[in-house]
Amino acid sequence: MRRKPSDITCDLMIIGAGMAGMAAALFAANRGIDTVQVGMRGELDFSSGFLDLMAVHPIEEGRLWVNPWQAIDALVRDCPRHPYAFLDHNEMSTALSDFLVCLKQGGLSYHREPDRNVMVITPVGTLKPTYAIPVTVQNGIRALREKAACVIIDFQGLKGFSGLQIVETLKNDWPDLHTRRVVFPGGAVELYPEHMAGSLEMPEARAQLAEAIRPHLDRADYVGLPAILGIHETKKIFDDLQEQLKRPLFEIPTMPPSITGLRLRNIFERQLPLSGVRAFFHHKVLKASYIAKKGFRFEVGPQEAKFVVQAKGAVLASGRFFGRGLYADRKRITETVFGLPVYQPPDRAHWHRKSFLDPEGHPINLSGLETDDRFRPLGANGRPAFPNLFAAGSILAHQDWTRMKCGSGLAITTAYGAVKAFERQNR
Amino acid sequence: MKTQVLIIGGGATGTGLARDLALRGVHCVLAEKRDINAGASGGNQGLLHSGARYIASDPSAAAECRREGRLLKKLAAHCIEDTGGLFVAVAGDDENYIADFPQRCAQYQIPALFLDIKDAREMEPALSDQIIAAFQVEDATIDPFRLSLDNIAHAHQLGTRLLRFAQAVDFKIINGKIRSVLLLNRMTGKKMSIEPEIVVNASGPWAGEVAAMAGVHMGMLYSKGSMLVTNARITQQVVNRLRYPTDGDILVPGGTVSILGTTSERIESPDLYYPEIHEIDHIIEEGAAMLPILASTRYIRAFCGVRPLISTEDTGDDRSVSRDFTLIDHSRGSERIENLVTITGGKLTTYRLMAEKTVDLVCKHLGVTQPCRTRIEPLPQTEDSKWTEPGLAPRLWIRNKNPKDQLLCGCEMVPQSAIDSITSSIRKQNGAPSLNAIGLRSRAGRGPCQGMFCSLMISAYLYDRKEFNDDQGLQNLCAFLNERWRGLHPLQWDSALIKFELLEALHCGLFGLELTRTGRRENLS
Repeated sequence: MRRKPSDITCDLMIIGAGMAGMAAALFAANRGIDTVQVGMRGELDFSSGFLDLMAVHPIEEGRLWVNPWQAIDALVRDCPRHPYAFLDHNEMSTALSDFLVCLKQGGLSYHREPDRNVMVITPVGTLKPTYAIPVTVQNGIRALREKAACVIIDFQGLKGFSGLQIVETLKNDWPDLHTRRVVFPGGAVELYPEHMAGSLEMPEARAQLAEAIRPHLDRADYVGLPAILGIHETKKIFDDLQEQLKRPLFEIPTMPPSITGLRLRNIFERQLPLSGVRAFFHHKVLKASYIAKKGFRFEVGPQEAKFVVQAKGAVLASGRFFGRGLYADRKRITETVFGLPVYQPPDRAHWHRKSFLDPEGHPINLSGLETDDRFRPLGANGRPAFPNLFAAGSILAHQDWTRMKCGSGLAITTAYGAVKAFERQNR
Repeated sequence: MKTQVLIIGGGATGTGLARDLALRGVHCVLAEKRDINAGASGGNQGLLHSGARYIASDPSAAAECRREGRLLKKLAAHCIEDTGGLFVAVAGDDENYIADFPQRCAQYQIPALFLDIKDAREMEPALSDQIIAAFQVEDATIDPFRLSLDNIAHAHQLGTRLLRFAQAVDFKIINGKIRSVLLLNRMTGKKMSIEPEIVVNASGPWAGEVAAMAGVHMGMLYSKGSMLVTNARITQQVVNRLRYPTDGDILVPGGTVSILGTTSERIESPDLYYPEIHEIDHIIEEGAAMLPILASTRYIRAFCGVRPLISTEDTGDDRSVSRDFTLIDHSRGSERIENLVTITGGKLTTYRLMAEKTVDLVCKHLGVTQPCRTRIEPLPQTEDSKWTEPGLAPRLWIRNKNPKDQLLCGCEMVPQSAIDSITSSIRKQNGAPSLNAIGLRSRAGRGPCQGMFCSLMISAYLYDRKEFNDDQGLQNLCAFLNERWRGLHPLQWDSALIKFELLEALHCGLFGLELTRTGRRENLS
C-alpha cells in the first residue's frame, strides 16, 4: 500500500494544471519559491500547441492585427478591464521568453517573430493567426507565404485529417498545394496519432515512412504532415525525416487532443518536478480554508481528501467550466474553490447569443474573477478577498480568449504577474 | 417541366400525399424549400396519440387519433414503438377532470385502464410519490423522420420527383388558374418553372405565405412548442399529465432518450424561432411534478416546432384552436383559384388521413377514380430511412466486422458505410449531401457530444469521397454548428458549459471559423 503523504507545507500553492497552472509553477520554481501544484490536468491535451498572444480586436469587427503588441495596446485602451491592462510589454515579453526557454529545455523548440503574428494552417484548412509555434510547424508558415509547391501527406486510416479538405479549402489562395494519401508503415487499419508518433521513435519506421512518401514528392518543395512526428523525441524524428526526404517538412495539428498538446503536457510533467515543484496531478483541492496571518489550508485528493497542504499564498489557475474552476447551475455562475464572487451577466438569458458564431462573442465568456492590479481576486466588498490569493489564466474576467486569440498569452503572462506579485509581497 | 400535381412542402403531410398520389397512379413533383421534415413534422415529440389527450378539449380529433393511431401501428409498424402510455395526476390537479376522464374516454371508445397507483409506480419507477391517479392508454411513439423518408422513398420508386431546397417563389396565374410555378433552388440560386395541373399547398406553417402568392388570404396562427431531449430514457411508456392540456405535461420516450414537452407560445412568423430559456425552465418545473428526476437530469438538446393553426377568431389560448386539420379547395370562395388546394393543421398521428382526404379532393379534380391505398397497404421500409433507428448502425457494424469501415460518429457508432449509404440515397434523389442532411437521416450527432467531433470526422470523410469541394466543408460546419446551437443554447448550465467551452475552443480558438468569410456569412443568414 502506498503511504499516505503527511501534511505538506509550502510557500505557494498552484491550483490548476492547464497552461496557466503549468506556467505559474514554472515561474515560481524559476524564482526559487517553495511550490506545490495540484491539478487534474487534461486541459493541455486539448491545446493545439500554438501559443496565441493577441490577434483580434475588436472581435465584433474581426479585425486581425499583424503586431500583437499594438493589438494589446488597442485592446487595453478599449477594454481597460482586460487582464492585459495589469501588465506591461516588458513583463509579458519576459514571461513568454521564460516559458519558451523551459519548453526548449524540455526538448521542444518554439519559433516566434517578436513583433509579428503568423498565420498557421489548421486541420480544417482555415488559416488562423497565432504568435509562437512549434518549430515543427514553422516551414508551413514559409511555404504558405511563398505559396510554394507543396504536398500534404495524409494517411489511410487516420480519420479526421483529410489532405484533400485542406487543399480544397485553401486552393484559391494557394494553387500549388497538393495532397497524397499514403499507407503508414505497418499499415494498421485504424490509426491514431499517438500510436503513429510512438512508432516513429524507431529509425526503421522513419525510413519506411520516408520510403512511402518519396514517390509522391513530384516537384513539391515542401512537405506537410499531420502532427505525428514523435512525442518525446520530436526534434530528432523531425530532423531525420527532413533529411531523408530532402525537403523542408512541417506538421499540421490533428483534431484535439493532438500530439502537439500532449507534447506540452509531457514537458511540464517532466520539467516541473526537476525544478523542484512538488506536483500532484490527478489531484484537486477539495476544501480550502484561510486562517488570518497563517495562510491557506487545502484538503487535497483525487476524489476524497488524502492530505493537507498548508501554504502562505496561492495562485488560482483552475480554469473556467472545462477546467472546473467555474460552475453554473440554471441561475448563476460560482467559483468552485473559494466561492469567490464571479463577475457575470444578470441571468442565463444573457449568457449566450443565439448564433454560435456571432461576431460579438458570447457574454458569458467575459464572466470570471475580477482582480486588483496584482491579480488578487476581489471579494464581495470590492477589495482583495485574501491578501495572498492570486488568480491567473482563463478564470479571469473581461476577456474572450477564443475570439481575441489571446489564450496562451493570457495564461502565461497573468501567471507571471501573479507569481511576481506574490514574491514581491512575501520577500 | 410538366406534372399532374405539384406538392409544396416535404413534411409528413406532403410526403404522405406524394405516396398516396403515386399509389393512385398520379404523377407528382414534391418541392420542399429546405429538407424533409424541416418544419413542424420534425419539431414534435414523435407521439402517436391514443386520443386521450384531446378527450376534453377536442373530442372529434381524439376519435380520429384513436382510429389513425391503430391503423398506423399496423401499416407503419417499423416507424413505431408501441410503448403504451400513462395518464397521471399529481396532488393539486383538477379533481373534476380526473373524475370525468374515464367516462369521456369510454364515450369515444378510447381505452383507458384504471391503474392502482402502486402498480403505476412499479411500471414507471420514475413517477413521483405525489401521484393521485393513473390510467393506461394506447399511446405509442413514432419516428417522424423515418416515416417521411419512407413515404417519399416509396413515392420516388413509383415515379414521384423530389426537389429539396426548392422554394416556390411565384405563381403565374391566368384567369384564376395557376399555369406555372417558379421554384428557386436555395442552394444553387437557380430557378425552374413547373407546369402542374393542380397545386397542393402542404407547407404547414407556411401555408398562409404560399396561398398569399396566389392572392388568397388565409389567417394563420403560429404556435411554437418547445421540447427537451434527456440524455437517457426516463420511462418506458409515454407519460401524460392527467389534466386539461397545458405546458410541460408529456414525456415521450424515443429510443435511448426521452423528450419532454411542450409549450405553446404565439409567434409572429414561422421562420425565425428558438426554444427560449424561460420555456425550457418552465417545462422542466412542470415535468418534474410528475417525474421528479426531470429537475436534475441532464438534457442534451432542446428544439421546437411551429404548429400551423388556422385562425377563425382570436382566442386566448392556442390550444383551444382545433387540432383538426383544415382542407381548403380554393376553387370555391371569393378569391377563386381553380387548381389550388391547401391542407394544413392537424397532427402527426393523423397525417395519413389528411393526405387521403386531400388526395380524394385532388383526384376528383383530375378525374382520377382510383381509391386510396394507404389505408390498406403497409408502408414499405426502405434503405433511405433505416439509419434514423437508434442502435441499428452499431448492430450492423458489429455484425459486418469490416475493419476498414471506420466509425465516424463515436457516440452513436455511425460508420463510414452508413454515411455512404445515406449520401448515395440523397444523390439518387438528385440532392447533394450536407452535414445537416446526414444528421437528419441518421443518428450521427445525436449522442452526448451533439456532433462536436463527428461533424469534423464526417466532413473530412466527405472530402475524401469527393462529395465536398472548395470550402464546402467550412460552410457545412458553420451551418451545422449554428443549427445545433439553436438546440443547445437554452441548456447551458452544469456540464453543458464544459462542452460549450470545448466547442468554442475548437471552432473559434483553433479553427477561427468566426473569422472566415463563410463563418461571417453563415452568421448573417
